[in-house]
Amino acid sequence: MGIINTSRIKSPWIMHFDNSSCNGCDIEVLACLTPLYDVERFGIVNMGNPKHADVLVVTGPVNRRTARVLKNLYAQIPDPKMVIAVGTCACSGGVFHNCYNILGGVDKVIPVDVYVPGCAVKPEAIIDGVVLALQKLSKALGVAK
Amino acid sequence: MAPRTVAPFGPQHPVLPEPIQLKITYEDEKVVDVVPAIGYGHRGIEKACELNEYPKNIYLCERICGICSCIHGISYCEVVERLWPIDVPPRAKYLRTIWSEMSRTHSHLLWLGLLADAFGFESMFMQFWRIREKVLDLLEMTTGQRVTQSISVVGGVRRDIDDEQKKKCIEVLREVRKESEALINVLANDYTVKARTVGKGVLTKEQAIALGCTGPHLRASGVKEDCRMQGLQAYGDLGFEPIVEKDGDCYARTLVRCRELLQAIDLQLEAFSKMPEGEIAVRPKGNPPANEAVYRAEQPRGEVFYYAKGNGTRNLERLRVRTPTYANIPSLLVMLPGCELPDVPVIVLSIDPCISCTER
Repeated sequence: MGIINTSRIKSPWIMHFDNSSCNGCDIEVLACLTPLYDVERFGIVNMGNPKHADVLVVTGPVNRRTARVLKNLYAQIPDPKMVIAVGTCACSGGVFHNCYNILGGVDKVIPVDVYVPGCAVKPEAIIDGVVLALQKLSKALGVAK
Repeated sequence: MAPRTVAPFGPQHPVLPEPIQLKITYEDEKVVDVVPAIGYGHRGIEKACELNEYPKNIYLCERICGICSCIHGISYCEVVERLWPIDVPPRAKYLRTIWSEMSRTHSHLLWLGLLADAFGFESMFMQFWRIREKVLDLLEMTTGQRVTQSISVVGGVRRDIDDEQKKKCIEVLREVRKESEALINVLANDYTVKARTVGKGVLTKEQAIALGCTGPHLRASGVKEDCRMQGLQAYGDLGFEPIVEKDGDCYARTLVRCRELLQAIDLQLEAFSKMPEGEIAVRPKGNPPANEAVYRAEQPRGEVFYYAKGNGTRNLERLRVRTPTYANIPSLLVMLPGCELPDVPVIVLSIDPCISCTER
């Protein structure tokens, strides 16, 4: 298992899911993958399929309709997995806290490992959040980062 | 007859970062029927706007959509100003126009990148997003934020652009124009791009009008209609002419957005050269009176309609927003049946869908 765990830390594959955010954080997550920030140089690849992913990046507040989808996606990601809540909305509900269709932050539905606040989050902060998640994962797996 | 298959497109799909579901029924590779299921992005912003005091709604309205956030914020301020009515200083009008066009520039660059990604032209996607970062840097320099600027307040704008920033803006915009022209040249003439877009998802002029389409989507079908033609803000002084294409296919929609991108940069440069000196904001007196007002603005995706009703208190009685994608989704039901399955992402993307706008 040693080599698998090492490569999990060296090259995490992320999957992005948008609950019901305003798109601001989504385009910043995408901007991370494009030439200026380019997280692929650290081995971070964006995946469309939850079964291939190690890290779930969630943006936006959970509403009554996406809660089921989010739970479903979380269940499909193989263990060990990390969840990063990107943006103030994903952390706590943010400006939408008093909207009638909003349940609140992502942690109302699935366990969250790293919170990245900001509205909209800057790409630097997202990269920082992924690094933090990897440190946590390597500690849990007992692999040196 | 081949058996029919139903494939769900979304709510989590790599082409669209946003949650929308299309239930696509197909026979072999031909799409026969499409049923959209929306509601994944609904938050209830209109109701929340009644609970907050009117100056705080700017931040909420900007977050209806993060891509066209600047114009949402400005439109909200304009409609509330019409309740008194308040006359905005001319310099603030020019500044609003500049920021609106700047956000259009970044939105169109974003869309062109996503389109290239939808048919697998990965390097083109990266190039467009590389240029887009320069526009975002300008927005960050002038407003303090990359994505949600919150630059407009009721009665004017929050910040001024000084001479040093203006010089830098003009320099970077010229650079962006030159680089975009080079990329657009490839996008518009490349054989593979044409193979994936020409003749796909055709919408005739009559259909576009009957379905009530708006924005670049409507103009690509040969209808000369643009809310900037009203001449509000500074558009009246800038000699604005809408861009129209005739064919109504994905290629025409791409061309309209390419030309609008260059036009948006030209409008900014012209606005910078004509911008008058003076105040940037006036202070509104009292609360919004018991009155009704409407405002229409042209977003990167089409026409956005704002309706506000005041009742003399600090809270609005009602705020209603009609967004462009809501008007453009019905056209998908005409364009998609009969197309090949691999063309679905390109056609869906060609209306520039913004789901968080639509569902609020």
